Amino acid sequence: MTEQLEPQGDSPRYTPLRERHEALGATFTDFGGWQMPVRYTSDLAEHRAVREAAGIFDISHMAEFTVRGASAAAYLDFALAGRLSAMTVGKAKYSLLLTADGGIVDDVIVYRLADDDFLVISNAGNRDAVREALTARVEGFDVTVEDVSDAYGLIAVQGPVSEAILAATDAITDVSVPWAEQKYYAWASATFNGKPLLLARTGYTGEDGFELLVDAADAASLWDALVAAGAEHGLVAAGLAARDSLRLEAGMPLYGNELSREIRPAQAGLGRVVVADKDDFVGKGAHVPADDARVLVGLTAEGRRAGRAGYPVVLADGTVVGEITSGALSPTLGHPIAMAYVDPSAAAEGTELFLDVRGTKIPATRTALPFYRRKK
Amino acid sequence: MTDLNTLKYSEEHEWVAADGATVTIGITDFAADALGDIVFVELPEVGTDLTRGDVFGEAESTKSVSELYSPVTGKVVEINDAVVDDPALVNSSPFEDAWLIKVEIAEGALDGLLDRDGYVAITEG
Repeated sequence: MTEQLEPQGDSPRYTPLRERHEALGATFTDFGGWQMPVRYTSDLAEHRAVREAAGIFDISHMAEFTVRGASAAAYLDFALAGRLSAMTVGKAKYSLLLTADGGIVDDVIVYRLADDDFLVISNAGNRDAVREALTARVEGFDVTVEDVSDAYGLIAVQGPVSEAILAATDAITDVSVPWAEQKYYAWASATFNGKPLLLARTGYTGEDGFELLVDAADAASLWDALVAAGAEHGLVAAGLAARDSLRLEAGMPLYGNELSREIRPAQAGLGRVVVADKDDFVGKGAHVPADDARVLVGLTAEGRRAGRAGYPVVLADGTVVGEITSGALSPTLGHPIAMAYVDPSAAAEGTELFLDVRGTKIPATRTALPFYRRKK
Repeated sequence: MTDLNTLKYSEEHEWVAADGATVTIGITDFAADALGDIVFVELPEVGTDLTRGDVFGEAESTKSVSELYSPVTGKVVEINDAVVDDPALVNSSPFEDAWLIKVEIAEGALDGLLDRDGYVAITEG
């Protein structure tokens, strides 16, 4: 079993699942200093498998922080944008970590494990920034924040048959909530290899699915158990390329594309994540964007040429009114889709917009997100 | 099955099958693999005059776009509509079903292209 390498200057890190990816012939890419599988066979085949059956993803590079203490809930209300104190134990909640200027440091998911015990999972690329911010904000609160990322592996199983696969994984025992009763954005506890396993019904693909937090030392065994149970259900290993096209179809933002320190939540359609009337929180009073700030829109086009990140959004006369942040030919829908920040004036209903695809103006239609919604 | 040893190659990963005054051109399996799943192919119009090195089209994958460079000088006499309709053919059959264009050439148009060994050498470099 591969141990996680200690970081040595700029050398890349691998997760505990490195050997599994290599055995499957994965192509690796750098993501936030980690060598991660970008694809195993084909982006499109992996994407389709998640929509039609299930995919298994290694997301162990993500960061985890424990937040514990008598003031943990009040602390999170201060440190994050939402009202985490209102969470019931057993739930998960999407939130944002803001700067004092109201910009976005990261988007995170918070799990309430007990009254005074929370887990925060953040993006791999923002681990240091999130740790720094969370640590700095403990001042005045009875709370301890700890970066426990290296202690854990994180595996996602996403797709319509995810529940069946997990239920068929005999090595996952003592599940605290019956599978069919586990609700979206809630968690359950279980046991794997004699150690606690956290099961969260969350994901980044727009399908039903689970994210499993496991001891780093057991990550490879858990992967093996899931792969074995999933074989007859059509489970395939899926890489970051498929993960990106899936979340784009699902209208989900990616930090670094749609979210950054220069973006305020409402620009990205995330105004509802900020609970503005909390007594005090980092970003309070600064989180509302200027009236002329660009806003995130969904765009679809005909044909097969996709507008990609960085391509301009223009009017018929060629005036640049925005820029695509993410774009692709949607594998599920069969036409180009994109998310773009555009001037508020250009976001008005009825405005004719075009994607400038390497010099060719392709007509685009404003589309409400998500582009794809799973059948319930 | 095409005998890859009978083809000529360019450094930009195109293959050329010579048949008298007309050649057939495609991209190699090496190029197709590097691009990943091909989702869009743009080809020139029949009648287009090409000079060696000219961009004659584009192959777009899920992740990137690659320009296609003409390995020969000549006139486009036929394009493969099947590939335009089903770009995935480039991944599944780069040397057969996914030929891209046929070009009418003059004497000497193939001079300077790589043979099989020469091409394999650059892919391993």
